[in-house]
Amino acid sequence: MRRGGTALALLGLAAAVAFPLLTTRVTWQNAAILMMMTAQLGVAWNILGGYAGQVSLGHAAFFGAGAYVSTLLSVKLGVSPWLGMGAGAVVAAGLGVLVGTPCFRLKGHYFAMATIAVGEIVQALVNGSDALGGAVGFNLPLGETGFWGFVFNRSKLPYYYIALGLLLATVGVNWIVNRSHVGYYLRAIKDEPDAARSLGVSLTRYKMIAMILSAGLTAMGGTLYAQKELFIDPGSTLSTSLSIKIALVAILGGAGTLWGPVLGAVVLTAIEEATRIAFGGTGRGTDLVVYGALLVVIAVFQPSGIAGLFTRRAPRPPAPPEPEARFP
Amino acid sequence: MSAPLLEVRGLTKRFGGLTANEDVGFTLREGEIMGLIGPNGAGKTTVFNALAGFFPPTSGTILLDGAPVEGLPPEAIAARGVARTFQIVRIFRSMTVLENVMVGAMLRHRAVPKAAVVARETLDFTGLGRRAHDPAAQLTVAEQKRLELTRALATGPRLLLLDEVMAGLTASEVQEAVELVKRIRDRGIACVVVEHVMEGIMPIADRMVVLENGRKIAEGPPAAISVDPNVIRAYLGEGYLAPGP
Ligand SMILES: Nc1ncnc2c1ncn2[C@@H]1O[C@H](COP(=O)(O)OP(=O)(O)OP(=O)(O)O)[C@@H](O)[C@H]1O
Ligand SMILES: [Mg+2]
Repeated sequence: MRRGGTALALLGLAAAVAFPLLTTRVTWQNAAILMMMTAQLGVAWNILGGYAGQVSLGHAAFFGAGAYVSTLLSVKLGVSPWLGMGAGAVVAAGLGVLVGTPCFRLKGHYFAMATIAVGEIVQALVNGSDALGGAVGFNLPLGETGFWGFVFNRSKLPYYYIALGLLLATVGVNWIVNRSHVGYYLRAIKDEPDAARSLGVSLTRYKMIAMILSAGLTAMGGTLYAQKELFIDPGSTLSTSLSIKIALVAILGGAGTLWGPVLGAVVLTAIEEATRIAFGGTGRGTDLVVYGALLVVIAVFQPSGIAGLFTRRAPRPPAPPEPEARFP
Repeated sequence: MSAPLLEVRGLTKRFGGLTANEDVGFTLREGEIMGLIGPNGAGKTTVFNALAGFFPPTSGTILLDGAPVEGLPPEAIAARGVARTFQIVRIFRSMTVLENVMVGAMLRHRAVPKAAVVARETLDFTGLGRRAHDPAAQLTVAEQKRLELTRALATGPRLLLLDEVMAGLTASEVQEAVELVKRIRDRGIACVVVEHVMEGIMPIADRMVVLENGRKIAEGPPAAISVDPNVIRAYLGEGYLAPGP
């Protein structure tokens, strides 16, 4: 089982590396880049929302932080977007700590609702700030700069391999977290927070670790997006519909599993492309309809996501009854 | 003369208008087994919650090795060597039996492989070793209670708080549990055992504390408690005698 999984992962990796050499069609390459970028966001979200069970619907704020910080640094100060990527991750992690400090006290749906509010507030602030480009956003300079400048327009291949590298790095972080005591603690917190505390697990500390990693990695995806599109505005990088999409990718594929969000991204991107073809136009208006419908389908038919279809699940006995009639 | 392992003085806990504990006090020495009994709603679990840091007492002092710990959060209390089980089991249902216990072992052993070894040893000690790789959710209720005990034990505690670990067990399972608590005590770990199952606590307790309506109404060796008229009236029912010498 585990060995089969490793073989499958290596096969997938080989296919991903070879893919752009097999097809020269830009649309296909573009779709693959989009898919990997989406997957990377889902994998990053999964650390907090999947393993730790803190469902965030405000991750666009971290994505936007990455996009805006690197863009501002490069447009205004000429700093390489690669450094901007690091700076964006740090800013997003700091924002994550700010959000987590009050919000981690909230349970379940209240945490999710609070993160929606945070996302909306950040979007409103950027919309209203001239220094941050307001509602208009920023165009990044188009010229090919080579690797250090992070702008490529002769070929999509650099973006393809950067997206692949970032996805692999993000999966790698998840893998390490998952196998360390942090991963065990996050799952314990998700299952039974009080029991975890009684075993010495500080809830705030470990939720915060998950938040920092998740926010930072999401921001790196934001920088990549800005450098690939060379245009950012609040609508494309800070919207709640983006936050929902990020969460949906992970939940659709299988929250709390290593590869689930990657599967989710493949399926969601395919569905989005199909609806775009079916309904024409940009597809933007149909996004929320599609997301909503998918969430309902997952909630009703497959709460463990696509990954849950592949793992044999032991039938769960009903919860144990309360301690019953006692002496005397 | 060093301070006792645990000393509770004047412990009072109110929930709004309801007084769940009132002026409760007792001490516990290293390696001692104390039974904490009383009718439903007497305030036994509330004592545990206060000892384990789940809420601060309204007033009173809790001294661990002579140092006050009331008001510390559960994770800090755990780090000081106090572990507990829950009256209504709270196992990690998405994990295997071994993983559940590893989470406990990680308090002292952060490295995953070392935690796995310690968890495995602890499971063998409590007799759950053969279930190590089963999903925890598949265990019977009796096994789940034992798993919680194992998980608490894996934190390497000096004081173990057991809340009705014998409830719902068959007579032979109660005997096994009794033997297990004795073996835990033989490792030098002190235990406070909350139990309604008298056959489970009377034979092993060095001392009993009896609560009624949040107050301590009696304290002493099991043999004396079982004939104490106050206790009989409050809780045990007429004619109960402690089994054996
Ligand atoms: N968190 C709480 N909030 C409000 N009231 C509580 C709380 N915890 C306990 N109580 C109340 O305090 C009283 C003592 O409860 P406690 O659970 O300590 O009793 P117990 O001796 O453990 O009883 P049992 O044998 O039924 O487990 C009860 O009246 C209970 O309803
Ligand atoms: Mg109780």
